[in-house]
Amino acid sequence: MEKTYPDAYMESLKPPVTSIGVIGWIRFNLFNGAFNSILTIITLLLLWKTVPPVFKWAFIDSVWFADSSACRGSDGACWSIISANFRFIIFGFFPYESQWRPLLAMTLLFGLLFYSKDRNHWKKSLGYAWIIGLIAMGMFMRGGIFGLAPVESAKWGGLPLTLLLSVFGLTAAYPLGVILALGRQSKLPALKLLCVLYIELIRGVPLISLLFMSSVIFPLLLPEGVTINNILRAQTAIILFTAAYIAEVVRGGLQGMSLGQYEAAESIGLNYYLTMRLIILPQALKIVIPPTVSILISAFKDTSLVVIISLWDLLKTSKSILSNPEWMGFSRELYIFIAILYFLGCFSMSNYSRKLEKELSTEN
Amino acid sequence: MNTTVAEKIPFWLDPKKRAILFQIMVIAGIGLLAFYLVSNTLFNLKKQSIATGIGFLQKEASFEIGETLIPYSAASSYGRAIIVGTLNTLRVAFIGIIITVILGAIVGIARLSSNWLVSKSAAVYIEVMQDIPVLLQLFFWYAIFYESLPSPRQALNPFAGLFLCNRGVAFAAPASHPAHPYMLFSFFAGCVLVYLLRRWAKSRQDETGKSFPVFRVSVGILIAFPLVIWVGSGAPMEMDVPELKGFNFKGGMTLSPEFMALLLGLVLYTAAFVAEVVRAGIQSVSKGQREAAMSLGLRPPLVMNLVILPQALRVIIPPLTSQMLNLTKNSSLAVAIGYPDFVSVANTTINQTGQAIEGVALIMVVYLIFSLSTSTFMNWYNKKVALVER
Repeated sequence: MEKTYPDAYMESLKPPVTSIGVIGWIRFNLFNGAFNSILTIITLLLLWKTVPPVFKWAFIDSVWFADSSACRGSDGACWSIISANFRFIIFGFFPYESQWRPLLAMTLLFGLLFYSKDRNHWKKSLGYAWIIGLIAMGMFMRGGIFGLAPVESAKWGGLPLTLLLSVFGLTAAYPLGVILALGRQSKLPALKLLCVLYIELIRGVPLISLLFMSSVIFPLLLPEGVTINNILRAQTAIILFTAAYIAEVVRGGLQGMSLGQYEAAESIGLNYYLTMRLIILPQALKIVIPPTVSILISAFKDTSLVVIISLWDLLKTSKSILSNPEWMGFSRELYIFIAILYFLGCFSMSNYSRKLEKELSTEN
Repeated sequence: MNTTVAEKIPFWLDPKKRAILFQIMVIAGIGLLAFYLVSNTLFNLKKQSIATGIGFLQKEASFEIGETLIPYSAASSYGRAIIVGTLNTLRVAFIGIIITVILGAIVGIARLSSNWLVSKSAAVYIEVMQDIPVLLQLFFWYAIFYESLPSPRQALNPFAGLFLCNRGVAFAAPASHPAHPYMLFSFFAGCVLVYLLRRWAKSRQDETGKSFPVFRVSVGILIAFPLVIWVGSGAPMEMDVPELKGFNFKGGMTLSPEFMALLLGLVLYTAAFVAEVVRAGIQSVSKGQREAAMSLGLRPPLVMNLVILPQALRVIIPPLTSQMLNLTKNSSLAVAIGYPDFVSVANTTINQTGQAIEGVALIMVVYLIFSLSTSTFMNWYNKKVALVER
């Protein structure tokens, strides 16, 4: 026989209003327990003390498009240091009327990066596209062909130089790093020793010492009469430095390969070169894509060090504006702007790396 | 028959011989390259009449260094200048590492907090600090110290004994008193005693199962020993308070803006990485471990000390070591803001003597010693906390 319940039983009880919705969320995430409530209140107080004044400084009292005398009269941030010097900060001494060329080169680079984001586009043709793209970027920067006025590399500066040092640095360091990693894993004792020495030596010293070396020792190493320009020297130092770090990352990937892979390759008669090229490296390099992106991020951040050997990267162009008496004393605004540029670059890369890590891990 | 066939294999098809041949070729190639570069260098050095060898270390340096831990003047030798620089590097690295580990641990734990606001604040801190080059951060803090703080005459005085101005931070320190060395000595004596006590407490617990409140007693010993000496010598309360004399502060302790900017930049930057290391370490201990420990009846502090921390440390130590080394290596960026660290002094030496090769070699050797000694110590510690498998 069917039991009948009064309506009051049929109606499902709703949770109390204090444990759902906004109030519930606040209770569970901010005020669960005495300790957390105190923490929340302290954090809110700190934020209240810091955020409104900074907001007022940056947005309400700030000066955006005026000359420096207007800035000196106001209490807020002087963002006009950026709007007034924008093109010098970004392009450095590149001839004013040709600045569309580095802009085009950067657009090409960003376009290629954006296109390469999707893993469905990772094909052989993309590799060729990158090679052609890099050559085209170099051509736009250098000029001298197709009626473009030649621009000597001493005039390269700002953001294009920063991007050039990091992108070319990583592109050249990658194969070198893979060779070093293979050498470190090799069975040939002399080769192994050389690679271990190189990797540990480079990883033990700061990049700045290599940059000093590039600026004072490289000229001594070359035969009489041969000189290479500053940018190439710094680029070489960055490549030598990054390669050691890539080697360690790739070694991690190589160690992650099971012995069975090597044995299987051997059993079908592949020699060392073919084993590596067809079996081991494609798998090992795939595992280490996320840490490689981290290396790219640090390489991008580390290019800022070339300011110490007086290359005109983003930091150097900013510092030269700050040493101009007209804009002296507004370093905070300019440094914050540069920091935002670096942050955008690094943040998008690290976000991408996290996404990639997730994709790669679900696949296996 | 077989042996004759084996003998007929040409040497370039025999893997063993080929390996040896290949290595000889590589070494010969590198040797030739080295020979070429060295001969070029020698020729260039001779042409520019630059001296070689490390004899320059004994010569008079004739440059001043702003901050020194040991007596130094422009008349001292290059060797002494480099020692001064090395000590400055060690000073900033040592203080920096301690503060970084503490701050990093706090932020890392805050990142895992169940409090949404705290956790998100920590996440924003980590992301922002990691994504801005450390050199830019150093410039920023240096600019804050140099431009935003007032001159010594209008120095900020947030509370008695502390002054903030564009010449650095001046704060009151206890005036020197004969009792201080004894207090330090008694503190070290206390450390030895605590070590012995811990061993005794552990062996007693192993034998009888009785536990001993080691932590509270140790803290008591470490505080009580110096305190007794301090009170015994008449409790010297006199403070050396900085005073404005002329254009700068005299007395007390003064930290230069260069040192403060370097320390602040390095600590805030590296702490973000340490926080991530700590977070990953704590998350690596599975939830079951905590639940199992709780079900055994351990109290929360014991769960943390006996179960969670020993396992988390195993994961934390190796990346923490590399972060410490990174901080030490990044301290070389001091050259950009004018703190006289080792690299900055070595760079001045290179510019003055022209002996670039010796100078750069010196930089590399000193940093290798730093890295190797840190990693040796951390490896020893890591072995102590590592999993002992049967």
